[in-house]
Amino acid sequence: MLQDKDRIFTNLYGLQDYRLEAAKQRGAWNATAEMLQMGPEWIIQQIKDSGLRGRGGAGFPTGLKWSFMPKEVRDRPHYLIVNADESEPGTCKDREIMRHDPHLFIEGCLIASFAMKANVCYIYIRGEYIFEREQLQRAIDEAYAAKLIGPGNIHGWDFDLYLAHGAGAYICGEETALLESLEGKKGQPRLKPPFPAGAGLYGCPSTVNNVESIAVVGTILRRGAGWFKSFGRDNNAGTKLFCISGHVNKPCNVEEEMSIPLRTLIDRHCGGVRGGWDNLKAVIPGGSSVRCLPKDICDDVLMDFDALREHKSGLGTAAVIVMDKSTDMVRAIARIAYFYKHESCGQCTPCREGTGWMWRVLTRMAEGDAEMWEIDKLLDVAGQIEGHTICALGDAAAWPIQGLIQHFRHEIEDKITNYRAGKPHVQVAAAE
Amino acid sequence: MASRKPATNQPASFQWSEENANWCETQVAKFPAGRQASAVIPMLWRAQKQEGWISIPAMETIAKQLDMPYIRVYEVATFYTMFNLAPVGEFFVQLCGTTPCMLRGAEELKEVCREKIGPEMAINGRLSWLEVECLGACCNAPMAQINDYYYEDLTPDNFGAILDKLQAGEHVEPGTQNPNRHTSDPEGENTTLKDESLYDGSMAKPIDKLPNSEPAKAE
Repeated sequence: MLQDKDRIFTNLYGLQDYRLEAAKQRGAWNATAEMLQMGPEWIIQQIKDSGLRGRGGAGFPTGLKWSFMPKEVRDRPHYLIVNADESEPGTCKDREIMRHDPHLFIEGCLIASFAMKANVCYIYIRGEYIFEREQLQRAIDEAYAAKLIGPGNIHGWDFDLYLAHGAGAYICGEETALLESLEGKKGQPRLKPPFPAGAGLYGCPSTVNNVESIAVVGTILRRGAGWFKSFGRDNNAGTKLFCISGHVNKPCNVEEEMSIPLRTLIDRHCGGVRGGWDNLKAVIPGGSSVRCLPKDICDDVLMDFDALREHKSGLGTAAVIVMDKSTDMVRAIARIAYFYKHESCGQCTPCREGTGWMWRVLTRMAEGDAEMWEIDKLLDVAGQIEGHTICALGDAAAWPIQGLIQHFRHEIEDKITNYRAGKPHVQVAAAE
Repeated sequence: MASRKPATNQPASFQWSEENANWCETQVAKFPAGRQASAVIPMLWRAQKQEGWISIPAMETIAKQLDMPYIRVYEVATFYTMFNLAPVGEFFVQLCGTTPCMLRGAEELKEVCREKIGPEMAINGRLSWLEVECLGACCNAPMAQINDYYYEDLTPDNFGAILDKLQAGEHVEPGTQNPNRHTSDPEGENTTLKDESLYDGSMAKPIDKLPNSEPAKAE
């Protein structure tokens, strides 16, 4: 079990003061100047060595991503953009960092910006997080006042940190849609390449990182890449914030080590599944975009990128949505399908038309008002959306439905079979 | 895609309050010269805070201010779902209905809304409501955002009581409505972060030498 002394987010629940002095007591801003003195290459190498993989869902190695930025600033400035548009259903971890441990996060922004030779960093926070925005802005103001950041700060790297916000669009969590939104446009993803490291915000070299990826950087450098790497299996290093929601006795956010068995995670921190482990039906392990896992896989699966990928699911944002035996799986996934229909930006035809089509079919299936052949049709359509859109929202809309059909096809079939049962016979009614 | 249209009845004009006009300048200052369009979302949001919703004259005013074609502002206002294109109640209840909240009873809360307020987007006294997509507080599901802040761990009983109080013009403290939780910690006793040494200042002790800093210094 991860010890308290090895947890990075020591004010996860806001039981302590979020402000600067208290944050310093908990270790934030300790030796930050020494880290910058070691130089950008050293920082990037340390983050590479730590095995940190991006915490926003895709799991791309953070140090490697940073190394894609041009080595020298030429005619265009460099930008660090922090993606705080946390909107993946099930996910509520970055919110806790921003409202309860903002100084670890701000420190991370400074270090990461320095490593990529950026003098300006924008944090793009989702519009609904108004309290979090206010809280984070207060912390930024404190950091400016204490000369920790800003022009001529004590760390010797001129650095401006600005908070920008969205206004309710899930798609702006996609990095290029976020850049569009930050430029004051509709959040419609860009084709890649060019990648943001070449042409990002305002056409300048930019790197987009998740809040959690940035907020852990200071602690990793303070305690060493080896320390971070000692948690979790190879290639899945570190500690991670898990958000466990749904049918558990005590839903909560918790920081645990990577590769913790799913069952241990739920039993240790959430008081177990409602009605006991045997009452479990399925788990969505990484936010609504990944495929669900039935109980027999959940029994012994490990919570990390590679183990979940082996089961055609994913760690995503580590948002664990638990569903017990009372759950109507078809309705649960139909609601997710509605979410993607609502959030599709409308740019690519397969996604704009397909998400609505899939939702309508699933809604009928949830009632049983469908034909057996439509299940395969649905699977076929999902497969045609997947991989045929500019961004991954099309994939994210298809995967939960594929997971449903893969593991719970019998539930759809039962609904269709039972639909006519007990209903008056149509021909009799017509004859009267 | 969400289908969104501006209201039929539009006011004749839009005027920033003095405070808000100054505030707009602080937002434009966050972005490089010539990139003032980046401030469009914060400014639309501020206009909504001022008027309760975003009218066509507000979009036109902001377009002029930011030197943007009006259609670009219109596009943004209709794309982002937090912008209300028609008036809403004094207390606007945005109830999360996405799967994590649905699993924990959001559908019962929708019934409470229908019973106490009426159909979606209809204004009843001080209240109106709308089902929205995931608001990112899933460990405290089900939840709703009422105006700016989150009300979490709702039940039909405590949610109904909140709506009654707001309808009567009373203040209700945001946050979790479960007395055994603080924020997103597990109900009752916490399982982590109990080690006192995390908070006694020992983590702030000066670090003599950063880990792995030796070889680089030798270079």
